[in-house]
Amino acid sequence: MQGLAPYVVRRLLWAIPVLFAVSVVTFALGRYGPGDPIQVRAPRADPQTIERIREHQGLNDPVPVQYMRWLGRFLRGDFGDSYRFPDRTVKSLILPRLKITIQLNVVALMVVFGLGIPLGVWAATRRGSWQDPLTIGTFLLFSAVPTVVAIPLLQWLFALKLGWFPATGWSGLLSKAAVLPIIALSVGGIAGVARFMRATTLEVLGQEFVRVARAKGLPESAVLRRHVSRNALLPMVTVIGLSLVGVLEGSFFVETLFGIPGIGAFVFQEVQGRDYDVLMAITLIIATAYIVANVVVDLSYAWIDPRIRLGESAAA
Amino acid sequence: MTTAEAALDAVAPSRPPASQWRMALRRLLRKRIAASALCLILIFYGVGVLAPLIAPHSYDQIDLNHTFAGPSLRHPLGTDRLGRDVLSRVIWASRTTVVVTVATLVTGGLVLGVGLGLLAGYKGGGWDTITMRVGDVFLALPGLLMLIMISATLRPRWDGWMTHFYGWPIIGGTLKSGASDYFLVFGVLSLFSWVGMARVIRSQVFALRQTEYVQAAVAMGAGTGHVVWRHLLPNVSNLIVVVLSASLASVAGSEIALTWLGVGVRPPTPSFGQLLFDGAGLSNLRTHPNLLLVPAGVLVVLFLSFNLLGDAVNDVLNPRTG
Repeated sequence: MQGLAPYVVRRLLWAIPVLFAVSVVTFALGRYGPGDPIQVRAPRADPQTIERIREHQGLNDPVPVQYMRWLGRFLRGDFGDSYRFPDRTVKSLILPRLKITIQLNVVALMVVFGLGIPLGVWAATRRGSWQDPLTIGTFLLFSAVPTVVAIPLLQWLFALKLGWFPATGWSGLLSKAAVLPIIALSVGGIAGVARFMRATTLEVLGQEFVRVARAKGLPESAVLRRHVSRNALLPMVTVIGLSLVGVLEGSFFVETLFGIPGIGAFVFQEVQGRDYDVLMAITLIIATAYIVANVVVDLSYAWIDPRIRLGESAAA
Repeated sequence: MTTAEAALDAVAPSRPPASQWRMALRRLLRKRIAASALCLILIFYGVGVLAPLIAPHSYDQIDLNHTFAGPSLRHPLGTDRLGRDVLSRVIWASRTTVVVTVATLVTGGLVLGVGLGLLAGYKGGGWDTITMRVGDVFLALPGLLMLIMISATLRPRWDGWMTHFYGWPIIGGTLKSGASDYFLVFGVLSLFSWVGMARVIRSQVFALRQTEYVQAAVAMGAGTGHVVWRHLLPNVSNLIVVVLSASLASVAGSEIALTWLGVGVRPPTPSFGQLLFDGAGLSNLRTHPNLLLVPAGVLVVLFLSFNLLGDAVNDVLNPRTG
C-alpha cells in the first residue's frame, strides 16, 4: 500500500527545477535576448553615460550574480523598472490587472465545467438518436475554432448586429459588458469538456456495474447520477490543466479585443512597447501560477484516484 | 551491405509498405466527412503552394482610389482600407500558414520529435531521462506566453543576424522580403511542438525493443541504424501520421496567434493573424464586416477540417483506438 506522501513530495520537488528553468530562461531572454540591455534601453547615450548606468545597474557583474539579484528582488516583490511608465512600480502596474484577469479566468473556468459536464452527459444519453450527429458536430465546431477567430465573430453578431451586449468596455464582472468576454473565453472549453465528458460517459455506460444497476431496477436518472457521472468525472481532473491554459491564453485576445484592463491586454501593449522588464515579471508570475496550479491539479487527482500515484511509483 | 545485413534481408523480406498505407487511405476515404475534410485541406494547401500563380493581384498592391470596395469582377471579395485585393491577401496568407505548418511539422515533429523519441526509447537510460525531463519542463510551461516572450525578445537580435545574409545569393532576397520571420516563427514553434511526438514514439519504441524480431535482429549483429530504419520506423510510422495530423491545428493556430499579437510574421507578408487583426477593428467591423468574415470563414472551415481529419486519422491508424 502506497501512501500519498511520497507522491506529494516527488511532485513538489519536481516543480523546483521547472521553476528554476523558467526563471533562468525568462531572465536570459528579457535581459539579453534583444541585445545589450543598455543599447536596447538607451541607444543614443554617450559612452560615459553608458558606463555609469552599467556600473549603477550592476551590469558589469557576472551574469549569475545579476540573475540572483533579479530573482531575489522578484521574490521580495520588486519586479524591476518599467521603461514605458517610469514613475510607476511594475508591481503597481501588474497587480490590479492581474486581479481582473484572475476574476475573469475563474468565472470562465466555472462556466466551462458547469456547462460542459452536463452537456457531455446529456449528449452521451442521446447517442444513436437524431440529435447525436448534430451535437457532436456542434461540439467539434466550437472546440475547433481558435479564440482569436471567435471573438470578432461574437462581437460582430451579438454586439453590432443584434445589439444585445456592448462590443467593448469593462465595468466589473457583474455588468452586461462582461457577458461576451466570458462567452468568448469559455465557449471553446465548454465544447472541449463536453466532448471529453461524452466520451468518458459512454465508456462508463458500457461497464458491467451500470448493467447491474439497471438490472436491479434503479431508474435511469439515478443510474446516471449515482453510478455513471461519478465515475466519468474522475478523468475530468486531467482536463483542468488544459482548460486552465486555454482560458489563460484566450485572455490575451479577449482582453485586448474587448478593451478589458487585465494582464492579457497589458502583455499585448508591453510587447508592442518593448518593455522587457515588465514582460519578464509577467512571464515569471504567470508561469509560476500555472506551474503551481498544475501541481495542485496533479495532487488532487492522486488524492482522488490512488491508481495515479501507484502507477507513478511503479514506472519510476 | 554486410553479410549479416544481407542475411537479415533474406530472412525478413520487407513487406510492401504501400499496401498498408493504401488500405488505411481507403478506410479513411470511406468516411465521407473525413474524405471531404481531407479534400478541403488539400485544396487549401494547393492554393497556398500555388499562391503566386493563382492570386489575381499582389498582396501589397495598394490602390487608394478603391479602398473598402465591395465585391466586383476585378476584386471578387472586395478590397481593404488600402485598396488591396482581399481575395489575393487571403490566398497569400494561406501560403504563410502552409509554409509555417509544414516547416514546423518537419523540424519540430519529424526531426526533433521522432528523433528524440527514438533516441529516448531505443537508447534508454540517461538519454531517456534527459529527453523526457526536458520534455516535462516544456509541458509544464504556459506555451503561448513563452512563445510571446521568446519571439518578442529575440526579434531585434534575430533581425540583426539576418541582415548578415542579405547579400547572399538566392536566400538573401528571400530573407529581405520577409522570410526571416518564417524562420523565427517556425523555429520557436518547433521548440515547443516536439514533446508530444517524442513521448508517443518513445513509449512505442520501448515496446518494440522487447519484440522478438528486434531482439533477433540485434542478436544477428544488426547495427542501430539498420534496426531503427528497418524495424522501428516502419512500425511507428502510423503513429507519426496520427500525431502530425493531430497537431496541424495547434501549429497553424499558434502562428496566427503570434502574428495577431505582433510577434509573428510581420507586414507586408500577409498572414491570417494580420487579416484578422485588421478585420476585427470595431470601425471596420461595423462598416465592412466582410474584411473579417472572409478570413474568419476560411479559418473556421480549415480548423474544422483539421480536427475532423485528425480524429479520423486517429480512428484509422492508431492501434490503441482502431
